Amino acid sequence: MSARLPTQPGEIIDRGRPLRFTFDGRTVNALEGDTIGSALYAAGRRTFSRGFKYHRRRGLLCCAGQCPNCLVAVDGAPGVRACTEPAREGMRVEHLNARPGLELDAMELVDLVGRPFTPPGFYYKTFIRPRRLWPLYEKALRHAAGLGRLPEHQGERRWRTEYRRRHADVLVVGAGAAGLSAAIAAAELGADVVLVDEGPEPGGRLLWEGHAARARTLAARARAAGVEVLAAAPALGHFDGLVAVWQGSTLHQVRAHEHVFATGAIEQPLVFPGNDLPGVMLSGAVRRLIARYAIAPGRRAAVIGAGVADVLRAAGVEVVAVADAVLEARGRRHLRSVVLPQGEFACDLLVVSGGEVPATALVTQSGGRTAYDPDRGHFALAELPAHVWAAGQLAGHGTAAECSGQLAGLRAARSLGRGDDGSDTRVADVQALLAREQERWSPPPIRPGTRSFVCLCEDVTVKDIGQAVGEGFDSLELCKRFTTVTMGPCQGRMCQLAAARCVSEATGAPLDQVGSTRARPPWSTVPLGVLAGRPSEPAKRTPLHERHRALGARIAWAGDWRRPYDYGDPEGEALAVHRSAGLIDVSTLGKLLVRGPQAGEFLDRLYPNRVSTLKPGRLRYGVLTSEAGRIMDDGTVARLDEQTFYVTTTSGGVAGVEQWFSWWLTDWQLDVTITDVTQALAAVDLAGPRAREILGGVTSLDCGPEAFAYLDVRQARVAGAPCLLLRVGFVGELSYELHFPAAHGEHVWDAILAAGDVRPFGLEPQRLLRLQKQHLIVGQDTDSESTPFAAGVGWAVKLERAEDFVGKRALRHAAAHPSETVLVGFTVANGRVPTEGAVVLDERGVPVGQVTSARRSRQLDRVIGMAWVPLALAEDGAAVTISDGAARLHGTVVTEPFHDPAGVLMRS
Amino acid sequence: MSFLLECPHCGVREVTDFAYGGEVRPGPSGEPSLRERCEHTYFRRNVAGVQREWWYHRSGCRAWFLAERDTRSNEVHWVGVPA
Repeated sequence: MSARLPTQPGEIIDRGRPLRFTFDGRTVNALEGDTIGSALYAAGRRTFSRGFKYHRRRGLLCCAGQCPNCLVAVDGAPGVRACTEPAREGMRVEHLNARPGLELDAMELVDLVGRPFTPPGFYYKTFIRPRRLWPLYEKALRHAAGLGRLPEHQGERRWRTEYRRRHADVLVVGAGAAGLSAAIAAAELGADVVLVDEGPEPGGRLLWEGHAARARTLAARARAAGVEVLAAAPALGHFDGLVAVWQGSTLHQVRAHEHVFATGAIEQPLVFPGNDLPGVMLSGAVRRLIARYAIAPGRRAAVIGAGVADVLRAAGVEVVAVADAVLEARGRRHLRSVVLPQGEFACDLLVVSGGEVPATALVTQSGGRTAYDPDRGHFALAELPAHVWAAGQLAGHGTAAECSGQLAGLRAARSLGRGDDGSDTRVADVQALLAREQERWSPPPIRPGTRSFVCLCEDVTVKDIGQAVGEGFDSLELCKRFTTVTMGPCQGRMCQLAAARCVSEATGAPLDQVGSTRARPPWSTVPLGVLAGRPSEPAKRTPLHERHRALGARIAWAGDWRRPYDYGDPEGEALAVHRSAGLIDVSTLGKLLVRGPQAGEFLDRLYPNRVSTLKPGRLRYGVLTSEAGRIMDDGTVARLDEQTFYVTTTSGGVAGVEQWFSWWLTDWQLDVTITDVTQALAAVDLAGPRAREILGGVTSLDCGPEAFAYLDVRQARVAGAPCLLLRVGFVGELSYELHFPAAHGEHVWDAILAAGDVRPFGLEPQRLLRLQKQHLIVGQDTDSESTPFAAGVGWAVKLERAEDFVGKRALRHAAAHPSETVLVGFTVANGRVPTEGAVVLDERGVPVGQVTSARRSRQLDRVIGMAWVPLALAEDGAAVTISDGAARLHGTVVTEPFHDPAGVLMRS
Repeated sequence: MSFLLECPHCGVREVTDFAYGGEVRPGPSGEPSLRERCEHTYFRRNVAGVQREWWYHRSGCRAWFLAERDTRSNEVHWVGVPA
């Protein structure tokens, strides 16, 4: 490990705490506080990656997480910037896009001999013929140009991101001198302020420009004023007032009344031949390497423009030349010499600075507008929307950042109504101070050449842009799409201005007409896993879930619920219901209590049949229809007493039904309350010829056929638990639906199973049993256009009722104009079960309907199903043809229930 | 889409707490014709501007209320319960 410089005042490395990681398998020694990039640089590495297209060597350029040159994979995750990612003990760092290795890359040939064949858009031009080979080309090109491989499986995801919603008065983006000052000014006037910054420590450039102590003072003041400071937290984008901020395992979603953007400026590289060689570095990078990590960036340096010569000399670097312009950088593996106007100089470091352009991406996403400023030579903020403020270099106040920040902070606080007239006086004072500052600057010229790179991410040269304009892509946005300039990982940070200038020079259009490309989120590189959040799927489980598991149930999703599909023998479970008794967990049924003096009237207006005529202790099937008379849901309505109704809905439908009920209630303003008790109650259905006898064993209620008749409702204790008992025809046998407090769930379940020859059955046998009765399942056998008449439940619509109900007019119309297709039952002779969704054909082979449910019934010894068929076929014995994949099945229509058509068993 | 909405009962919340219930549309009165009924059922005004609309506080008090919102900017000018 090469020696570090003597202790620097602002250094953040801890020399007493060494650590080690690997790069491409080799051990690298680092210090606590190092980034991957600083440790590798200190260890002598100069090549960090290979160019996107020509695979030229690329080294550290910005050391600020802006450019694409140091992208690596860390522990398998690609797209990490080595220059800002902290080094951690044991991390596995690998290069991204070079084969066989970073030092010897076969694709480098493209740079040496392939140039005439790789103009912009070459892959569309060269590799398009023969067409059938494109998949092959694509694979090879993707690999050559790739930025690493993403983990392929969900299981490999390492991020477990939490979302955090943060509401604040003021959000300040950027914690440099300006951002810190803005946060302090606003917080000291009582505002709730969040300050975010991508760096590991607040302070921005203060930290590497010799003012680290000032940065810490400001940060301490901000914290003392109550500012929430989020470090290592890049703002990803501004979305309708919500700013997404990624910080480690948290995605903060910050919503603030006022936004202060103090995103600073981005130092631009110069464009000249050889400007991408390792050894060519921005002045900010040199400052950071020396001040933060105590690393001498080279031995012999040439310096262009900015005044870092003194900084270099202080770090023991020999400065061989200082110039205003550079003509060419030479070298193959690394910079060896530089051609300046005054001659050629041997050196291993060339420090350049193409000036700084404001980082306007986020502020323009919030509605700000930029315009070309000829005095400053870049695109500057020209307009801000309400409640958005800019500070520091972004606002053009580079040398008075603290003043500028204060001004923005004060204005934001005033906009919130904080502070007083005194604050306005301060605003005026600070503004007067700032007005005196006038920076004029013009960018250095662009030197054309085949190796003058405008865009380092996508390897676009000055020549490429000229060629693109020549081919007719003569606006910046078109040129961007054709050459992909500004579209790489740096998102235009390094190339936006240079690209606009190249287009301006090539077209002759002034820069204010050329404009700049639209900045879209995300502004910072972010793993998709961070945006995706936690890989968890919330599930609802019934109070009996553990019992099902213990019984070896096959558990599967049913909407939001986890339900037992069967216990290993669906046919046997269904037969048990016919022969003795079965028990099914129906806790997933929606359960609503509708109470109040007008509850009967309320339900009368919602259901197409009458509810208020129910006597306490009785229940009725009801189908809910929309205003258009279409089936929305179905279930039972039981009257418990004069003012209390117990409504059950389908398993997935309760939220929608509650929403529907309460919407009408809000409109009608009746004296009714609706309470969803779905999760508070467990429910089971005990069904089968021996159900009465088994139930009698666990309750003292008289369950005799007269005392507790079909469609009766009773309240009694079952196995000691308070219970609501509904005699419904759910699965076509004598059955009792029991609803009781969820806490007693397992107790009641166990007691019933112990009370006789009763077998648990799952969802699958239940579907078969219901199908045998042609009991439709809303959403399975019906869709959003099904009317009760067409679906065979027209008997539940009482159009003769005098009073109005939801959908009455539409239903009257539907009754008078029968629909083209209706839902009927069918059987299939040859024994094959058609797929649900199979097509029903007419005699000419034209699709006219579809199968919605189909099963084989062992009890009935045939294949049964339900299907939508043309009205003309809706009679017993009609023949239907079903097209199921390649097969043609011949079915026969059956309009009555397949099992116990008269309903003798369920009424028994 | 992302904005804040004030539930008249619970206070200001993220819009993702709520379910949108569509524009407020008085039903046709008297004995409407088939055409009037179909228009009421299937057509919406789809205003580009301020409209009165229904919202349901799904993840909160589960009550319905009304809001006046500018559909272009998502600025909410008024919320309240129906009189």
